[in-house]
Amino acid sequence: MANLTLVQAITLALQQEMEKDERVVLLGEDVGLNGGVFRVTEGLQKRFGPDRVIDTPLSESGIMGTAIGLAMAGMRSIPEIQFEGFLGPAYDQLVNHAARYRSRTRGAVTVPMTVRVPVGGGIHAPELHSDSPEAIYAHSPGIKVVMPCTPRDAKGLLISAIRDPDPVIFFEPKRVYRSFREEVPEDEYTIPIGQAKVVNEGTDLTVVTWGATVFQCLEAMDNLPEDVSIELVDLRTIYPLDVDTVVQSVQKTGRCVVVHEAPKTAGMGAEISALIQEHCFLHLKAPVQRVTGFDTMMPYYKLELDYLPDAKKIGESVMQTLAY
Amino acid sequence: MPIRTAYTAQIEYLQILDENGQFDEKLGKDLLAPEEVVFLYQHMVTCRALDQIAFKLQRSGRMGTYPQNKGQEAAAIGSGYAAKKGVDFLVPCYRENAALFLHGLPMHYVLLHWMGDERGNKIPEGVQQLPLCIPIGTQMLHATGIAWAFKMRKEPRVAITYFGDGATSEGDFHEAMNFASTFQVPCVFFCQNNQWAISVPRETQTASETIAQKAIAYGMPSIQVDGNDLFAVFKASREAIERARGGGGPSLIEAVTYRLGDHTTADDARRYRDAQELEMWQGKDPMIRLRKYLVDRGLWDDEKEAAHQEKSKAIVQEVVKAAEGIEKPSIDDIFDFTYATLPAELEAQKRTLRTSSLGQDPEQAGLQGEAQRA
Repeated sequence: MANLTLVQAITLALQQEMEKDERVVLLGEDVGLNGGVFRVTEGLQKRFGPDRVIDTPLSESGIMGTAIGLAMAGMRSIPEIQFEGFLGPAYDQLVNHAARYRSRTRGAVTVPMTVRVPVGGGIHAPELHSDSPEAIYAHSPGIKVVMPCTPRDAKGLLISAIRDPDPVIFFEPKRVYRSFREEVPEDEYTIPIGQAKVVNEGTDLTVVTWGATVFQCLEAMDNLPEDVSIELVDLRTIYPLDVDTVVQSVQKTGRCVVVHEAPKTAGMGAEISALIQEHCFLHLKAPVQRVTGFDTMMPYYKLELDYLPDAKKIGESVMQTLAY
Repeated sequence: MPIRTAYTAQIEYLQILDENGQFDEKLGKDLLAPEEVVFLYQHMVTCRALDQIAFKLQRSGRMGTYPQNKGQEAAAIGSGYAAKKGVDFLVPCYRENAALFLHGLPMHYVLLHWMGDERGNKIPEGVQQLPLCIPIGTQMLHATGIAWAFKMRKEPRVAITYFGDGATSEGDFHEAMNFASTFQVPCVFFCQNNQWAISVPRETQTASETIAQKAIAYGMPSIQVDGNDLFAVFKASREAIERARGGGGPSLIEAVTYRLGDHTTADDARRYRDAQELEMWQGKDPMIRLRKYLVDRGLWDDEKEAAHQEKSKAIVQEVVKAAEGIEKPSIDDIFDFTYATLPAELEAQKRTLRTSSLGQDPEQAGLQGEAQRA
């Protein structure tokens, strides 16, 4: 066991997979010599050389498109897009190519690629460095979308992503990159993609969330009256969604609040609410509530905490749903 | 300080067999053996026959939209023949069918693709190519990545990617050229400059005098060739491919050719293109001059032509039969090939695809009766 931050756990997973499998290559802007702008790839170029940890030109479509070619030709490419706001130029390659190849060739060509992307707000970053676009990619068939928020989950899920035969977007919530440490097994292990985690068992109400807001939800729970029993579900994987864990929980509690940073309309909260009414209609004691970002631009950082769901809003939503 | 020249460059133009059938013996010496030229001419005739039947299939409602390859066969065949079958990797757009067939793609696959059947993209094992690419220019990055993998694994293989003059306006063209050259990957960029991107002429795509000169900015060798001259295309392609194989990095080839047909069967080029221009280029048809070359050397005659036309007709008939004879695919396929293993939600959608409660257990949706009917 080692006491690691999220960043360190990801670095360790990359290092171990690169040691184990020489097909694994990292590529992106500043990932080599500089170890990435968040230092996630720190030391890896020194260890594995510039042919496996590759500083590329500043070119997101170029990074994504060549990573697709590498993966199609038998490598396990791990492109890094520096911030989620810069996925735009790579969107065409990711959604129109990486996602589609298996289907459009009926299995003849596949793209085993893991796209690492820091995601979300809360770190006082500049414009287009704080968004939460996970629903866009969950809505794109052919891609898997993962967003762990603890070091232990991140290591196990990243190893699963690298070994997955399909393209995976691995979103790393930058707000919790270094916010705490956790005991992480030093040996390799995997956590299956598509399995949510019950962070806290409870009986009165289910809170469903993922990414950095897991910690806002925990804070909210600390402030609730002692007799309120909350079940907190961290999805960990956005697609494929672990419907069973959510449904079993809501069938038990009869109440649900979904929390996410992304805008409300057509966010994952809408999908989860719809799934709950499909699967839990007769168990529901209250309408499903959503605590989300607004349908606006993510503001510059002076206002970012006014935008992001916080413990106060989450706690109020929980109490209202309980009182319904 | 005096002003000095920081960089100068020039672009060469290569032609060996001109439109009148005049052959440059010096440049063309030992390039292709007589039996090779005969074989490639025969392939050209067969591919033209397939192209024409594909057009007719669309017109008679038996196939969807189809982009004719007519007039660009020398560019496809000369470059395709310069690449090693089963070793080098072809990354096409959609107007180089003749190259794909040379490298082992069954001809009916292309028809299947345009008949709206993904199985036309299911490249058979051992055939080293990607399927046709519909969006413009995106495939060049895949070719660059594939070539990069060859380099990483020290395999003596080359990727060759095809695109048109319009694609050179796309960002991905520049990103691919830049990556390929920066990392010196064994990739050949083959531009079929056919003068038109649907209705937009080459002059509106770029103010550059040539497409070939765009390689200069990326520190990459390049050449402009007569794209309707099989020999020039073959020579330039072989040089670029072997340079790449030997570790000399990527190249750009601009093959100057012409789209003798419409953009696709859904287009009518008469709306924007001069009849005179078309007529001028019809005279430069690669097939006419190659036939003249063969006839002049006693390698071909009317009798052989008639026999091969008959043979092509028979081949094409079989190809159409193979494409039309295949059973309609199952809707299950679209689920089964989205991921390597079916996620639970997709499994549920597949199970309920004929009900009105997609992905739900019917009793949950209160649709017991409907489920029974389904």
